[in-house]
Amino acid sequence: MSSSASVNYLNEFKGIKSWLFTLDHKRIGVMYLFGVMISFLLGGVFAVVIRLELLNPGMDFITADTYNQMFTLHGAVMIFLFIIPAIPAALGNFVLPLMIGAKDVAFPRLNLASWYIYVIGAVFALYSIVAGAVDTGWTFYAPYSTTTSTSVISMTLGAFTLGFSSIFTGVNFIATVHKLRTPGMTWFKMPLMVWALYATAVIQILATPVLGITLVLLILERAFGIGIFDAAMGGDPVLFQHFFWFYSHPAVYIMVLPGMGIISELIATFSQKKIFGYKLIAYSSMAIALISFLVWGHHMFTSGQSELASVVFSFLTFFVGIPSGVKMFNWMATMYKGRIKLDSPMLWAMSFMFLFAIGGFTGIMLGAISIDIHMHDTYFVVAHFHYTMMGGTVIAFFGGLHYWWPKIWGRMYNETLAKISVFLVFIGFNMTFFTQFFLGSQGMPRRYYNYLDKFQPLHAFSSYGSWVLAAGFVLMAYYLIHSLYKGEKAPNNPWGALSLEWQTQSPPVHHNFEGEVVLDHDPYDYDTRMVIDDKLIKK
Amino acid sequence: MTENVHSHHHILPLSLYFTIAGILFVLTGITVGVSYYDFGSFNIVVALTIAVIKGSLVALYFMHLRYDNKLYGAILVLSLVFLSIFIGLTMIDTLYRGEIQPIEGSVINENAIIYEQNK
Amino acid sequence: MEHAEHPSYLQHHFADSQQQEETAKLGMWIFLLTEVLLFGGLFAFYAIYRAWHPEMFVEAHKVLDIPMGALNTFVLITSSLTMALSIRAMQVNNKKQTIWLLVATLLLAATFLVIKYFEYSHKFHLGQLPGKYYTYEGITAANPHIFFSIYFTMTGLHGLHVVIGMAVITWVLIRTIKNNFSSEYYTPIEMTGLYWHLVDLIWIFLFPLLYLIG
Ligand SMILES: [Cu+2]
Repeated sequence: MSSSASVNYLNEFKGIKSWLFTLDHKRIGVMYLFGVMISFLLGGVFAVVIRLELLNPGMDFITADTYNQMFTLHGAVMIFLFIIPAIPAALGNFVLPLMIGAKDVAFPRLNLASWYIYVIGAVFALYSIVAGAVDTGWTFYAPYSTTTSTSVISMTLGAFTLGFSSIFTGVNFIATVHKLRTPGMTWFKMPLMVWALYATAVIQILATPVLGITLVLLILERAFGIGIFDAAMGGDPVLFQHFFWFYSHPAVYIMVLPGMGIISELIATFSQKKIFGYKLIAYSSMAIALISFLVWGHHMFTSGQSELASVVFSFLTFFVGIPSGVKMFNWMATMYKGRIKLDSPMLWAMSFMFLFAIGGFTGIMLGAISIDIHMHDTYFVVAHFHYTMMGGTVIAFFGGLHYWWPKIWGRMYNETLAKISVFLVFIGFNMTFFTQFFLGSQGMPRRYYNYLDKFQPLHAFSSYGSWVLAAGFVLMAYYLIHSLYKGEKAPNNPWGALSLEWQTQSPPVHHNFEGEVVLDHDPYDYDTRMVIDDKLIKK
Repeated sequence: MTENVHSHHHILPLSLYFTIAGILFVLTGITVGVSYYDFGSFNIVVALTIAVIKGSLVALYFMHLRYDNKLYGAILVLSLVFLSIFIGLTMIDTLYRGEIQPIEGSVINENAIIYEQNK
Repeated sequence: MEHAEHPSYLQHHFADSQQQEETAKLGMWIFLLTEVLLFGGLFAFYAIYRAWHPEMFVEAHKVLDIPMGALNTFVLITSSLTMALSIRAMQVNNKKQTIWLLVATLLLAATFLVIKYFEYSHKFHLGQLPGKYYTYEGITAANPHIFFSIYFTMTGLHGLHVVIGMAVITWVLIRTIKNNFSSEYYTPIEMTGLYWHLVDLIWIFLFPLLYLIG
């Protein structure tokens, strides 16, 4: 059964043009995958440089100005070029139509356009690096961003452009989920990954336009001095923070929600058990999308917003914990008494649950005003959001990448190396970032180039951790690339999963499915069905 | 059977379009007219009420929301709901600053460079 | 009855043209939602500064030209009417009428921009400009330049949408002339119409907020 020998989306059309002008969601997904992986590499290099500089107090090998640019670029590249598009635009693009039995996304041309816009946005961002990199931090806070001499305009233009790419993906996914589900797939027969992508798309279309207008205003302020963020002219710099966080808090759910979707798939598949509380997980995705719009002011407790606003935002912030908690408990209940298989994707999923729990709890801590006043802008915050963004989203992304890798390329990777890699990443991640909770609670401020001698041992330990982390990713890059050439041919359904994408061949044909899609079971009917040698069998 | 397939194309009578446009013109005249009278703080209520009526007419008839799938109308309403959330929560800040702890301008550091520059 | 032969406008991933049309419409409405929120940022900005400086807004809005603004409102509403009628003409297969109505819409849009140009150049002349370029001295309340920052960003973004609308209308006009549409398939004109009505709708709110409320 060597399905790769047959015609598939990778080999049906040949040549670079067949890629650059493709309307196939799978190829566009793969092109996004290249984009986000290159960005991840770039952002990762910046991170290692930052950690290297922080190994000792004083200057090690980059100047303070370069350091400011490094952490700005690390943030901006990782957020705008990697995490936001990574799961929806790369993996989601590939799997969403397959999971609902569709031939493509609703608007294939818009999909391709979103990739080109992504590339253009990346070019703007890269240009800003050459033209005297930005040093404002990825948040571009006024008034510093309107007065610094660095290339803020090209970086904000980049983020603005990338916003459009994200909006286009959102529009496409919502229309696809509404209109292109295969006959028989009702809303509550959709895989939870689809629910998560749908909720993500809702946030993308509601929040991203506000980021767009914010960045336009910032550019106008910088270029023409319109005065709205300038206190000297009767404007208000705190307004910039409102505008920015109205997008950027929901944006953290643009990042983590699809990750949670992946985890729902992985936990069910590798526990071979019907997912516990399907509807609650689906609703909780929508609840997170809604609540995420009500809490942005928790980033501004020390920015001079009114006390009333701080209290309201702090109160509302605690509600985010509920739907996230619902998901965690449902995943655990799914694993309970399941036939758990510890393949590498499942190891990523379990790492996610552990790390995201820490990230979530520390988030609740920071949502309390009394704690946040002290922890604000310290390494505690840095550690918290790395636990959610990296421990959450990035780990989930790699879990998903390992899970769908055989479907995307039709090849298996080396499972032993994969297990070593997830182990290294897990250890390295905790070394790097758990340490930073201690640093932060002892008063180490974030974004500082230099520090007191007493912080040296902890900073050094954190930097050693970043090396372990980097080693894990280098190893992963090795075995994944190796698998493309030398990997074993993948079966259609290597993990025995029940959702539709596994019922077509690996890699899928150009139109996704041969003939009509047959849907005779729910995506998590593991209690009544099983897969043996690619065949779906009723128990 | 073509009618069957395309029955969802709702063709509205010409007179309806002209009536709606006529009402929109009249309302524009009214809103300009009343702007010359001062109702105090009700100025904004009057102007926005007329604008909402005009906007609804455009959305319901020109944009066919009245005859189309309810989902489209829901999307429009959703955008307005989230816009209100945005404006509302931001104004909880901007309208109540300094209510509990009055904001007093004070010099943080007498010798800071910024004060030198301003002299 | 199934569509035995595949109409040329039907894309491969749709089962039938009704599905295709509904999907396009849904996508368009979602796009319009993003437009509302894009302008929404500016409306928020307006609301916040108005609440902070009510007297300044009252005083500054008086320098705007109400007759010009009202005239532009009439122009834009008329263009919305011609746009809506052009779609109706295509629904009854009257291609010629569609073409003329689209041309009329284009001309009205251009009229809007010309009137806007006169308003703008008058303000440039008097120094009623945004932010640091503000030099006008006829307003006594503090921070009047903020009002003009708001006026120019709001009407500027709206004007940009008018220009984009004209480009899109031109595109569907060319496609209509090329016989791409019929009463069976005219989705692009319909989508352009939705966009154009939204541009009108936003102006319906901009006009009283900027010109009328004192
Ligand atoms: Cu937040």
